[in-house]
This record gives sequence, C-alpha cells and structure tokens, in this order.
Amino acid sequence: MFIPCDRGGGSAAPDFKGFTLLMPAVSVGNVGQLAIDLVISTLDMTKVGYFYTDCLVPMVGNNPYATAEENSTELSINAEVYSLPSKKLVVLQIRSPFIKNKYRPFCETLLSWVKSSKCARVVLLSSSHAYQRDDEQLLGTPLRYLLTPDLEKAVGGCMQELKWKEMEKVAAYPGISNTDKILHIPGGGITKLLFTESCSKGIQMAVLLKFCSEGDNIPDAFVLINYLNEWLQLIKSEVSTSNSSTDLSSQWKIPSSWRLLFGNGLPPALF
Amino acid sequence: MATFFGEVVVAPSRAGLDEEEEAREETPEDREIRREIEKKRYRQRRGCADEPLVCSKFIVAIGRNAAAFLSSFILDSVCWEVVGVVKLWNEWCRTSSTTNVLPTDSFCLFYRLISDPTVLLCQCSCYVAEDQQFQWLEKVFGSMQKEGLQVTILSTCPVADYKTQESTLTLASPFLKALKTKEFQEQVCCPLLEQPNIVRDLPAA
Repeated sequence: MFIPCDRGGGSAAPDFKGFTLLMPAVSVGNVGQLAIDLVISTLDMTKVGYFYTDCLVPMVGNNPYATAEENSTELSINAEVYSLPSKKLVVLQIRSPFIKNKYRPFCETLLSWVKSSKCARVVLLSSSHAYQRDDEQLLGTPLRYLLTPDLEKAVGGCMQELKWKEMEKVAAYPGISNTDKILHIPGGGITKLLFTESCSKGIQMAVLLKFCSEGDNIPDAFVLINYLNEWLQLIKSEVSTSNSSTDLSSQWKIPSSWRLLFGNGLPPALF
Repeated sequence: MATFFGEVVVAPSRAGLDEEEEAREETPEDREIRREIEKKRYRQRRGCADEPLVCSKFIVAIGRNAAAFLSSFILDSVCWEVVGVVKLWNEWCRTSSTTNVLPTDSFCLFYRLISDPTVLLCQCSCYVAEDQQFQWLEKVFGSMQKEGLQVTILSTCPVADYKTQESTLTLASPFLKALKTKEFQEQVCCPLLEQPNIVRDLPAA
C-alpha cells in the first residue's frame, strides 16, 4: 500500500518506528483534512511517499503547499504521506472521497500498515454533524475525543488535565430506555470503523473531532488543530501568557491551495 | 438539518460521505441483484492479441472530445491498425447486455502505429466508473511491456470548473493546461495547471 518516494541515491525506505501517525477522516465539512493541510503547510513537512490504493477517487494536481514558482510543479495525488522526524511525526493526507463499499478494505489495509511500520500511535482528526447533537451536546464545547483502551492507559490522565470531553455514547434505540449505549458518529466517514477496529486490534488510537456543519469550514479546522495542539504541542505559542493556547490561529500557515475555495471571481457584466 | 417545515433531513456532504454504509440492511433479493450487477461490471475483456505489447509511447484519449480529436487529426487506416479492445459495462451504458453493446458505450480501442509498433494509442470515450478505473489501468498497463515508456494523456474539462481569480466568462477558451511528472524532461507545449485546480477520475488515475 505505501510506496516511498524515490529520493535518489539509493536511500532506504523511511522508518516510522515509534512515530505518531496523524491522519484525517473524510468527514462532514472536510474539517480533518483542512486541519491536516495546516499541519503539513506550517511544519513544512517533506513528502516521503504515497498510498497506492483503489479505495479513493483518483485525483491529481500540482503541489498544494507551493510557496514559489520552483516548488509548484511537483505532482500531488489523493493519499500522500509526509514526515517530520524531529517531532517523530508522520502525516497521511487524504484528498478525495472513498469509493462506494471501500471503507472496510481501506481501514484494514491502513491498520495493517500501521502495525507493520510500528507506529507508536494514531491520531485521527474528524468531525460529526452538528445537527445530530442532543440537548446536552448543544451546550459547551463542540470538541470531543476518544481513546482506544491501549492509549487510554498511556495518556488518559493527560486528557483529564486538559479537561477534554469524551465523546458520549448514545442509546442504540433512541426513545427506549435501558438499551445498550453505542458509539455513533454521524458524518464521520471511516471514524467509527477505524476506531472500533483499532480497539479490537490493540492499536493506540486517539480520535479528535468537532461538531460542525457544511459551509465555510476553515474556522472549524483552526479550532480542531488548536485542540490537537493543546495535547501534542506541534507548534509553540509565541506569547507565554495563560491564554496563549486558545488563539494560535495566526501561527498556522494557510496553504496556497486554499485559494478560491468558494469559486472564481465574478463577471463584471453581472453588475 | 431542519427544513422550513420542521422535518429533519440528512444534509448532503461535500465530503462525499456514504451515510449508512455500516447500517445497510439488505434483503436476500437485494444482495443477489447487487452481486449480479457486480459480476457484470467486473467482467472486462481484452480482445485481439493477448500477449504483452511492447510499448515506448502510449497516448490515451479520455472522453469524447479527446477521442474525436484523435479520430479527426491523427488516426487513419493507412498508418494505424487496431490491436486490442477493452470492453466494460456499468450502469451508465445504454445497453443492458454485455455481449451486444454499442461501440461508444463500452469500448476502449487500442491502435498501433504501423511504422513504429511500439507507439500505441487508446481512445476511451466510454464512461469508466469510479470503481472500475483502477482495474482498467491495471489491465491496460499490465498487458504492456514497458521500455522507457512515455505516456501522454489527452482529456477535456469544462471551463466552468477552472478556478481562477477572474471570472471564467472573460477567459479565452478553449485553452490548454498540462500536468507532468518530474521524470518528463521534454518541453511542455502549454502552461502547467495552477493550484488549486485538479484533475480527477480516469485521467488522474
């Protein structure tokens, strides 16, 4: 599945042992994917390979993180892997929707790659339909987290300190009391499948998600990435006051490919 | 999402989410229908010669416009010969039978330049569905013996899909844009496709 980039000089395939794999779920508002774009762009991560998969709609374009003429002509496709060894971080970006009936094959192949490359843990950025929240979820923070049992042992205490809210389970049969509670992440794409598979395979996985709706999801991406940053500290805040962690928006670098997200310029003849 | 009338409907998502992917409950009849349709879709055949074709240059025209360009300006019966065909079927084909299909419906024709048999050309004007694209590619490239292979893909996209600062109404169209791999060292005859524009489906695959 993973094909390393040919960096020439006979360099060995990259080693991700002990790394944190950060990846998005293709979910409502594409928030996870936008947040991942911010990480790759801000940390200026190097592409180390891609996934050769028939599970995603094919697409190709020029470098979405281009900053100048010289680096704008590298091709970019639907599932690419970037790495930053200094932070033991490897990032997967997914740029197109899943093909029908391919969720499960993709999850299985991905998780077996995670195991074979010996990543220490996986962090999945996702989102869920805001309109499906219940009365209690409408109040307070729109951010939630989930940890697989293996990761709970390692970092559960950290989440308590950060005062994060765990994603609530809902009744399997709404309206009927005394039913089992299940995990339900509407609009989350592969989130639930990947999470439940990781639980059963003993993989350390954290899910960070935001309740949102379709629209201009750039602010949602900033909120989600700042949430992640509270925990992983990918970038440090410049001002060391107590409120600094809540507003790092200006320190994340927006990639050049975010231009024209809402269409072209208007024809003058319209006015 | 709530509508004006107070009902809650599932909002379509740009993320292309397939809601209820896990919760789909099929009756035995549904399952049987789905299985039969899948069998029909995945039965692709390569006609004529079945031994691998040696190829140094491969030109693929995807879509009716690109295929018509090749028919009008490049192909003729003197210089080119048909060497193969890929037949595929999906729900977009106007015929329901996989044996008596219209050529435009589901054929991809392969031609070879008589004066240089390592130059191959493919006209693919039928619709290749998302889940068939990968297979199509593996079948086609899998049956080639590639020697310093250079691939050129010709395709068209609507001007309305082109993202630019100004309005597309003021653009002089049609216009050409290109994408190339870093291994392609020759001069490209037109400007490269700027971000944030992308290409999708079979040309991208």
